[in-house]
This record gives sequence, structure tokens and C-alpha cells, in this order.
Amino acid sequence: MDIVGQLQKQYVDFSTSLYREGFLDDQFIQLQKLQDDTNPDFVVEVVSLFFEDSEKLLNNLATALQQQVVDFKQIDAHVHQFKGSSSSIGANRVKNMCVAFRNFCEENNLDGCMRCLQQVKHEYYLVKNKLETLLRLERQILEHGGTVPMIA
Amino acid sequence: MDNDQSDINEAGRQFTVEPRALGQDVLEEVIIKKEPHSVDFKRLIDLTNYSDKGNSQLTNLVKDWEYQQENAVRLLREELDSLNKQQQEVELKKLKILEEHRFKQYTYGDKSPVSSLDENVRYPYQDDPKGKNDVIFKDENVETDAEYDSLMYWKQRAVHLEKLLEASLQREHILLEKLQESTENLERQSSPVEELSQVLKRADNFLHFILQNAPVIIGHQDREMRYRFIFNHFPSLGEQDIIGKTDVEIFTGAGIKESQDFKREVMEKGLPAKREITFETELFGSKTFLIYVEPVFSKAGETIGVNYMGMEVTDQVRKREKMAKLREEIAVQKAKETELNKSIHITEESMRAKQMLATMSHEIRSPLSGVVSMAEILSTTKLDKEQKQLLKVMLSSGDLVLQLINDILDSKVESGVMKLKATKFRPREVVRHVLQTAAASLQKLLTLEGRVADDVPVEVIGDVLRIQQILTILVSNAIKFTHEAKVGIKLYVVREPCNIQDSRETYQNQSIISANMRKGDPSSIYGTGDETNTCQGPVVWIQCDVYDTGIGIPENVIPTLFKKYMQVGEDAARKYGGTGHGLANCKQLVELMGGQLTVSSVEHYGSIFTFVLPYKVSSTSDNSDNPDELSDMENQDVLDDGNDDDSHSGIFMFQPRTLGSLFASQSSGKIQKLSPNCYGLLEDSLPSSSNTTYKENVIEEDCAKGVGLDNLNSAETSVAHKTYETWDQTKKDEIKPKILLVADNRINVMVTKSMMKQLGHSIDVVNNGAEAVHAVQCNGYQLILMDVFTPVMDGLQATNLIRSFEKTGSWDDAIKAGIEIQVPSPHSLSNPQVEKTRKRIPIIAMTANALPESVNECYANGMDSFVTKPVTLKNLKQCLQQYLP
Repeated sequence: MDIVGQLQKQYVDFSTSLYREGFLDDQFIQLQKLQDDTNPDFVVEVVSLFFEDSEKLLNNLATALQQQVVDFKQIDAHVHQFKGSSSSIGANRVKNMCVAFRNFCEENNLDGCMRCLQQVKHEYYLVKNKLETLLRLERQILEHGGTVPMIA
Repeated sequence: MDNDQSDINEAGRQFTVEPRALGQDVLEEVIIKKEPHSVDFKRLIDLTNYSDKGNSQLTNLVKDWEYQQENAVRLLREELDSLNKQQQEVELKKLKILEEHRFKQYTYGDKSPVSSLDENVRYPYQDDPKGKNDVIFKDENVETDAEYDSLMYWKQRAVHLEKLLEASLQREHILLEKLQESTENLERQSSPVEELSQVLKRADNFLHFILQNAPVIIGHQDREMRYRFIFNHFPSLGEQDIIGKTDVEIFTGAGIKESQDFKREVMEKGLPAKREITFETELFGSKTFLIYVEPVFSKAGETIGVNYMGMEVTDQVRKREKMAKLREEIAVQKAKETELNKSIHITEESMRAKQMLATMSHEIRSPLSGVVSMAEILSTTKLDKEQKQLLKVMLSSGDLVLQLINDILDSKVESGVMKLKATKFRPREVVRHVLQTAAASLQKLLTLEGRVADDVPVEVIGDVLRIQQILTILVSNAIKFTHEAKVGIKLYVVREPCNIQDSRETYQNQSIISANMRKGDPSSIYGTGDETNTCQGPVVWIQCDVYDTGIGIPENVIPTLFKKYMQVGEDAARKYGGTGHGLANCKQLVELMGGQLTVSSVEHYGSIFTFVLPYKVSSTSDNSDNPDELSDMENQDVLDDGNDDDSHSGIFMFQPRTLGSLFASQSSGKIQKLSPNCYGLLEDSLPSSSNTTYKENVIEEDCAKGVGLDNLNSAETSVAHKTYETWDQTKKDEIKPKILLVADNRINVMVTKSMMKQLGHSIDVVNNGAEAVHAVQCNGYQLILMDVFTPVMDGLQATNLIRSFEKTGSWDDAIKAGIEIQVPSPHSLSNPQVEKTRKRIPIIAMTANALPESVNECYANGMDSFVTKPVTLKNLKQCLQQYLP
């Protein structure tokens, strides 16, 4: 089998594992479906936007949680945003973390929020890593003249 | 004389009267009216003659009188004694004189005055005191011719005697006077009758006085229940109206009869009794009386009537009733309160449960979608026929679970009540699908068979998802408890849901089952069960038997079979596993759909679970799209669809897997086409891109729309989004609706925008509610997708403002809410599109939270529908289909 085939297999295996382990859900498949000839870089664009947004939000959250008087409403708004974008992109585990995060916001639980921030950060970097790998694989397949296997 | 005092006391002993001084004072002040009571005097005399009481009363009076008379007699005696003494004295004197006389007599001898005197003296004391008057001392004249002494002597003696005589006469006179006086006194003393009547009158007066101030009715009735006496404090009838009549004769209305019967009862029993009786008469309205009746006995001991006392207790009764009512109300209130508390508790619980359910479903959906997605990917790879079949079963099962979970998430489960979704479906298909699914996971040597009677319509309308669910539970149950022979589903039309039970009672073996089945088969009732026949009625009842040759169910546990968490026994639970609430769910579902689920079973031989459900028969006009479906369905590997011959062949057989391939005799396609009664089998030919096509198909079937099907079919092999595109391309050419997206999340915006693009729409995007209002002012939109939570102004408020504008034509509310108004230019006013927006723009909420509360909030604020976030192409497409012309 040629390199494209290997890459394709690797790609399928990898993305399958992403779904299996819950890093991504079918919303990401939705995104991939939206990508076509008229919009060839759609997924990359959305994912980049997601990274950009998320890092900003994580920064904001970290700052907000370090304030002397913590504004939980503000934090909740940030987390809401984060949840929205992560669910839009299908970053399932980040999104789930955000749900827990918001519960702590509601309770005005600073400790819980701090803990959640760490976990959200962790999940975010995990999924970022995975997504970057996935996109790299995709790029490599394309570079070798193959087509990216369609998941679903 | 002070006899009076004692008289009264004597008489008053019965009445416990106060001492006279006080009593008389009172009496003096009282004016005794005679009206209120009416007496039948004759009866009174009778009474006194015959009754013991009256008798003793009379005796008392007589005794009293006798005592008085005795007193008088005693006094007279004393008088007489004193008189007697005086008489004796006088006699003694006389005797002295007579002695002297005798001396003289002795001398003269011819005179006998003593005897006459004797007689005279004795006489007055004998009988009549009046006789005393004639006492004359004839012989007082003393002879003067005594030579005994000197003349002087005799003279003196005569004078002396004369004096004595005079004194005697005087005494006699006094006596006479005294006698007279005494006689007069005696005469003055009243006769017994007078005395009696006086006493009586006093007693009577007291009685009157007391009665007058007693707010009671007192009466006496004789043996015939005729009034002989009545005292009524509030008289409303004259004497003549009452005396001599019975209650029934006097009054009319409710309670009269009762009271009379009651009195009669007392009379018969001879025991006093009390009772409350409510009267409803014209005379005095509605009143309640407490009646105390006491029997009156004659000397002989027999009842001769009753005395009764009535007291009005209407108010008391009313108060009592009010109290009782209040108490009752309090009790009810309390019960309600506890009930409420309970339901609050339950609500809280169920809220929590719902939340958990939603969360759980989410958790389940993600991995499941992974499974399904992977299966779909797998289906694109090279597979042999059997693998493809297996995969197809896997996909459709996965799809079913996904749908169920989606239903939960899309708030189909609302406060425990499942909402039913009526869709058109094909019963044969469902049976086949369920059996196929069961066969796929079958680990025993069992034959699964499905028999659908000819008279079952090809297409019916019902909640296919639930029916499939029920069948799946029943079949998997049956398989669980069956170790050999077979499990099967039988479907046939029945006339009435009530006569199901009697067609099957008990059975011994499989042959009897089928015999019974045939008996219950309504095709014999309906004659030839062809399609036109069953299509006539809008509703058809279809009975479904799920039978097995398993261990059966002991008779005594059948009643508890449908209870939650029940299994036939501890052993069974351990042996067969499971939570045991599948059957309870089934029953609930069947009943929810208006049917009933029953079971009959013989231990060691097997069980039949039967449910009967009403379905609407899909009208024949719907078959018009059959040609479209036909080609489609064939590709879909669906049995017998869209073909009149096939639609009647509903027999499926899945032999044990070990006998060969999974799907027993189905080496090639349409066996069932050859003969409707042979065992129909699955076809092969899995569509190459089954996933998308399958899904699309479901949508198309649901919507019963033929539009775009050709596109779909042609696009079958291409990737999904191409299908969407081509599908929408056809639409785009017709209309170009303007769509506004209100969302602040950049990624969400980007994704949605891209999806819309795929669907053939370009959209305007604003970031919050305020901007949305702005945008609506300036442009006409045909659809708004509105994120519920946006900064500055949320989607709900924005929707409110837009709706307010649509209603009133002015943006006043928006201005109040602080939104700058762009005065619409005349141009835009004349713009028909802007005008059009006055009509009511469909506003679709975009929300991450599909729980009923938040959805209801959307509706309450004027939104038309909602799509859950993250949005999917499918959801968006459905939404656009629904709201864009």
C-alpha cells in the first residue's frame, strides 16, 4: 500500500479514536461535511478561530478568577461563550467541562471554578493537540495527492 | 290564720315553689295570659281519673284538705272542751242548788226540776250547738213559804238564788255567743272544693309563669296521637286547629310524619326518647326541633298517650353542621397540604430526574453517535453481503436508540408523559425489523417467525418508534425465557379491543396456539380481508401476539407481572438478569396509545403477550407516491413495499444462525414476490451510501413529500452534503429568502453561516438582540435564527420587541427599551419586503437547553420554534423547510 493509503488509514484510526474517546462528537462531522470545493479550508478556519477564541477566553477567565472580588456573572458569561464555541466545533469534552464549570459559577464556588479552569485548560490543550494532529494528517494526505476519507 | 302558708307549701311541694313572700311578689307582677295553652278539660279529668300521676296529684290535694279540716276540728274540739268545763261547773252549782231543793222537795215533794235541768244541761252538747239556745232555768224561782227561818232568811236566800241564776244566765249567754262565733267561723272557713281550686290555681299560675318564659312546646297527645294539650310559646295556630287533631292532620311537610312515627314508637316501647327532627313546613319554614317524648301510663300500666317537649335547635344544628363542615374543610385542607407537599417533593425529584435524564442522554448520545458514525464509515468499506446485512441491522438499531435519545433531549418526555408522534409506517416492515434485530443478537437455537395477516393494511399511522420499542422488549423477553423451538410475532386485524381475551385462554402446545390464532383471526369475520375492506374505516385495531415456547409464567405471578421491577422470582432474576421494568414500560406505552396489553401463559409450555392498538389507516391517496418509493425501497432492501402483491405477504422466518447464514433462506431477493405465503426473506443489495440515503428517506417518508427524491436517488452515491446542495439548489432557484442570524459566538456564527450556505442561503449576521431589532427595522427578513442568550439584549427580549412592532406597527416599545430608531426612509417603507415583515417573521430560537421550561419560555416570548445547539445541517434544513415558503 502506498503512503496515501497508510495516511488514510492512520487518519481514519485517529479520528475514530477521537470520537471513541469523546474528544470530538458528531458536530465535528457536521463541520467536515460543510467543507467543499467552494470552501476548501472551512474546517481549518473554524478550528483556528476556535483556538484563537478559546485562548482569549481562557486568559480572561484566569484574570477574572484572580480578581479580589470575583465577578461570577462575568465568569459565567465567559464560560457560556466557551461552551458555545466548543459545542459548535464538537469539542465534546471541553464542552462537558464547561457545563460543570457553569454549575460552580452558579454556586459562586471559587475553588470549584479554579479547579474547573485547570481542567478546562487541560481538556482544551488536549483537544487542540488532537485537532492539530488530525489537520496535519489531512494536509499530508492532500499533499500526497490523496483524498481525505469521509467520516460518515 | 297562718294556714295559708302551709297550704301553699303543701301544694307547692310538687313544684318546688319559692317561699311565699317572694313567690307572691313575683306572681303579682306577672300578668298571666291564658291564651298560649289550650286544654281539653274533659281530658284533664280523664287523666286525673285514670293516670297515676293525676291520681297522686289529686290525693295530695285531698290530703292537704283533710289536714286542714282536721286542724279545724281540733280547734273546735278545744273550744268544746272549754265549754264543757264551764258546763260542768254550772252543773255542780246546780247540784248544790238542787240539794237544797231536794231538801225542800222533800218537804214539798211534787216538784222535779232536776230532771228537766239535767236534760237541759246535757242537751246542748250532744249534737247541734244551736240547740243550746233553749236552756232555761225554769226552777230558779225559789219557794218563799219556808218556815225554817225568819222571813228575812228566806228573803235573803231568794235574793241569793236570784243572783246565782243571773250569773248562770249570763254565762249561758256568753257560751251562746261563743258558740255562735265558732259556728260562723266554721262557716267562713272555705269549702274543700274552693280550697282545692285555689291550690290548683296557684299551681296553675306557677306553671303558666314558668311556661311563659320557657321557649319550648309542651304537649300531650292521646293514644290516637291527637293533641289533648299543647303549650306553644310561639303560637301560630288556634286551639280549635290543634286540639283533637294529630300532627299529620295539622301540618304538612317534611318531618311531620317522622315525628309522629317517633312518638308512636315511644308509645309502643313505653320508654322515653329524644330525637332531632327537621321540619320543612309551610307554617314555620325549615326548622329543627329536639323532641323529647315521654309515655304516659294508666294505672293499669298501659300507655294512654305521650307527653312531649319540643325545643327549636335550628341554630344549634346549623352551627353544629357548620362546625362539622369546617372541621371537614380543615381536614381536607390538611390532606391537600400534605398532598401538595408530597407533589412538591415529587416534582422536585422529577425535576432532578429530568435533569439527570437530559445529562445522561447527552452522555449516551455522544458515544453512540460515535458507534453509529463508525458503522457508517464501515459500511463504505468493502464488505460481503452478510457483513453488509449485519451492518445494516447495526445501523438501524443504532439509529433507533439515537432517535429515542433525541426524543428525550428534544423534550418529548415532558413531566413523565410521553408525547406520541403519529407517523405513517408499514407494520410488516416493523415486524421484520424487530425480528431481524433480535435474530442478529440471538445466541440460542431459536426460530424467529413473523406472521402478518393479509388484512393488516400496508401502511398505518401510529407512533412507530414506540410500537417498535414495545415489540423489541416483548421479543427480547420472549427470547430470554425460551430455550428451544420458537418465538414469533403475529399481527392481525381485530374488530373490537374488548373481546381479545376470550379468543385465547390456555393452550397446551404450539399447534393449539396456532389453532387459536386462526380462530381469533378476523379474516374469518371480515370475509376476504383485502385492503379495500380494511381501508374503509379510518381506524383499524390490530392485535399483535408475541408468542414463545419458553418456560412460561406461573399463574400466581401474572398479576404482578406488569409491576415495575418485578420478575417471576428471585431465581429467575438471577438466572435471566435484567431490571424487570421492561414489561411495565410496555404496558404503559400500550395504554398510552389507547390499547391494552395482556398475557396468557402455561408454565413449561410458553406465553403469549398480546397487545391491541388502534391505528389510523393511511388513506389510499398517500399511495400516490408509491412509484417514487418503490424504486427507493427496493434499494433500501425493504420487503414488499410499494407493491400490491408484496404488501400482503407478511411472513418472515429467521432460522437459527447455526443452520447457515443469519438470514435463513434468503440467498436471493424477492422470494416473497413469487408466493405471498412462503417465508419472506430479507433482500440483499445494500445501498452503497446507506447512511445518508437512509436518513433522507426517513425524513421524506415523514413529510410524505416526493420533492427532491429524484435528486436524492441520483445523489445516492455521492457524499451527503452534495445531496443537500442539490436538493436545495432546486429550491433556491425559486425563492431567495432573506435570513437573519442573531448570535454572538463567532464559531457558532461561522458554522451556521457555512451550513446555510450549503443549504443555499446567504444570511445576515448580527451579534445581539438590539442589533437584531435594528436589522429588522431596516430590512425585511423572512426568517430569523435567534440565539436565546446574547449580550446587550437577549434573544427573548428582541423577539418581544419585534412581535410588538408587528402587532402595533410602531417601534415604541423598542425605543423604550433603549434602541435607536432609524426612521425608515420612504423608499424602504414602500419596499414590499419591509411591508411584508409586518406580517410576522418566523423566529427560531437557538438554544443549548432543550428542556421543556426553556422551550416554553421561547414560545412564551413569541418564538415559533427552536433548534438545539450545536446546530446540525439536518435540523437547519428541517427548520427551513418548515418556515420558508
